[in-house]
Amino acid sequence: MTFSLQAAVADRHFDVTLNLAEGETVAVLGPNGAGKSTLLSVVAGLLRPDAGHAELDGRLLFNLGPGRKAWTAPHRRGTALLAQEALLFPHLSALENVAFGPRSAGVPRGRAREAARHWLGEVDAAELAGRRPGELSGGQAQRVALARALAAGPELLLLDEPMAALDVHAAPLLRRLLKRVLAGRRAIIVTHDVLDAYMLADRVIVLEDGAVTEAGPTRDVLQRPRSRFAAGLAGLNLLAGTVTATGLRTAAGLDLAGGHEDAADPGQAGVAAFPPSAVSVFLDEAHGSPRNSFPVTVTDLEPHGDQIRVRAGELSADVTPAASADLGLAPGSRIYFVVKAAAVSVYPA
Amino acid sequence: MRHGYTGIPRWALGIAAVGALFVLLPLAAMAARVDWPHLLPLLSSEASLTALGLSLRTAAASTVLCLLFGVPLALVLARTSFRGQRLLRSFVLLPLVLPPVVGGIALLYTFGRQGLLGRSLEIAGVQIAFSTTAVVLAQTFVALPFLVVSLEGALRSAGSRYEAVAATLGARPGTVLRRVTLPLVLPGLASGAVLSFARSLGEFGATLTFAGSLQGVTRTLPLEIYLQRETDADAAVALSLLLVAVAVIVVGLSYRGPSPAGGDSGPVAGSRTGRTTGRISGVRREAP
Repeated sequence: MTFSLQAAVADRHFDVTLNLAEGETVAVLGPNGAGKSTLLSVVAGLLRPDAGHAELDGRLLFNLGPGRKAWTAPHRRGTALLAQEALLFPHLSALENVAFGPRSAGVPRGRAREAARHWLGEVDAAELAGRRPGELSGGQAQRVALARALAAGPELLLLDEPMAALDVHAAPLLRRLLKRVLAGRRAIIVTHDVLDAYMLADRVIVLEDGAVTEAGPTRDVLQRPRSRFAAGLAGLNLLAGTVTATGLRTAAGLDLAGGHEDAADPGQAGVAAFPPSAVSVFLDEAHGSPRNSFPVTVTDLEPHGDQIRVRAGELSADVTPAASADLGLAPGSRIYFVVKAAAVSVYPA
Repeated sequence: MRHGYTGIPRWALGIAAVGALFVLLPLAAMAARVDWPHLLPLLSSEASLTALGLSLRTAAASTVLCLLFGVPLALVLARTSFRGQRLLRSFVLLPLVLPPVVGGIALLYTFGRQGLLGRSLEIAGVQIAFSTTAVVLAQTFVALPFLVVSLEGALRSAGSRYEAVAATLGARPGTVLRRVTLPLVLPGLASGAVLSFARSLGEFGATLTFAGSLQGVTRTLPLEIYLQRETDADAAVALSLLLVAVAVIVVGLSYRGPSPAGGDSGPVAGSRTGRTTGRISGVRREAP
């Protein structure tokens, strides 16, 4: 029993293939406009792709293309959607909101309410049953919305950045709750937050410009990112180029010394990753192997924890505020980034 | 926001006052002309009561027809997009700007004895022109755009996101309409219905052209006023006052706006995006 999807939306340059096993949760990461919400809309049936094919547990969701016109309406798909905003029906109480799914499926009022009470309890919101959506905080509303989605008994739960609109206190609570209810449940969660991917998902896919650029178990993708976006999420610097005997040569001709991870053969395309904390900043070129030293121009300085993150184009380094002041760093400064070879991981792209 | 910065220039306030006077003064002038001691006898004459009863009955029937046609029309205009949609909207809204007498003539050539459909209806034994049915049709023709405009505005500002969520929860389109869409736009729907009722109540030109002025059958209150004005000015003014009173009540009711399902925190509470609700014009923005 699986979920499989292949869909293309021409005017959004969207072309994605995705498969989910029973009980599997996949996190979809990607920059704004990459097509994450498009993916959920296509799965939910709110957006009709130009071509593609999707099945959920043997049921056809759509089969579109030249000469193919099969389409299942959203209400027959079993794919409940939890959006960034709770979108609780404002004219119904929390209980009636949660009972909405069962009621729509033809469950009698009394039993639907019973089910709603059960699901409100599951999200620790039993005491909110009688409240109107207007009387709920953002976090409470989102919990009720989660209960509403679960009460509909979806075979595939769709979560579109469910934590994005919550404040810093409400988000962790909902994340813990999601971890509990998503265990063993098939779900797709779109998120900006790498923490969501770690805590909630078995697998991640990275979407960029409407296409999957990375896919794999969460830990692998974030430890060994191949796309700049995933590297940014994981907080790593990433340089792409060709694997050499000692490390990696970038397209710009920069030679980096680094440690090869398994099966990186010289000559093949590869990436070198290193954390900003491993980068030191000097005003002059530093010598002495096995160190990498390359000239950069500072583009930005920003606070990062108790450090200053020095950004130079796509790369960044973390220095102490005192060091930053000593070096007189400012946007436009020409400096050298120095990183030990031991801190650089090279692996095939 | 009562104590907030308004940003209105002083001269605009002055002109606004003149504008308000422009509307109020004629009403006051008419009220001054009312023969108050004889008001009740004037209003309770048989002709007046008959006209009032007919007006209320036909306006109610027109409002029902407006709801019947207008709700689906507003849904189609607000929620779908297709070729010729702008054209359809223009035609639906045309009676707003069309002289009612022209509407009456158009209806006559449709449902009249020699009209497009009238001939077939005549054979079937149904005669519409110059009947009470004609009054209702004429009123519906002119009042329908009020309901459509008001409801379409409410639908657009409510957005379709609640409906999308409802659909993913397994609700079929009919259920979504009944349990989500209509409750959400209830204020817009109510004000649209009230406006349609008011417009039907005041209908004159199309009614006279298409339905004539037959006492007890097609002579509604405005027609009665026009007729009385020739013979008994006092009666005309008294009846006019009655229509003004009804209009004030109707507009007052619709402006306060019922809150859907009696929610004490208002129809849009819970939406942090400051959703707008259609009120009298369909574009009134409610403070979040």
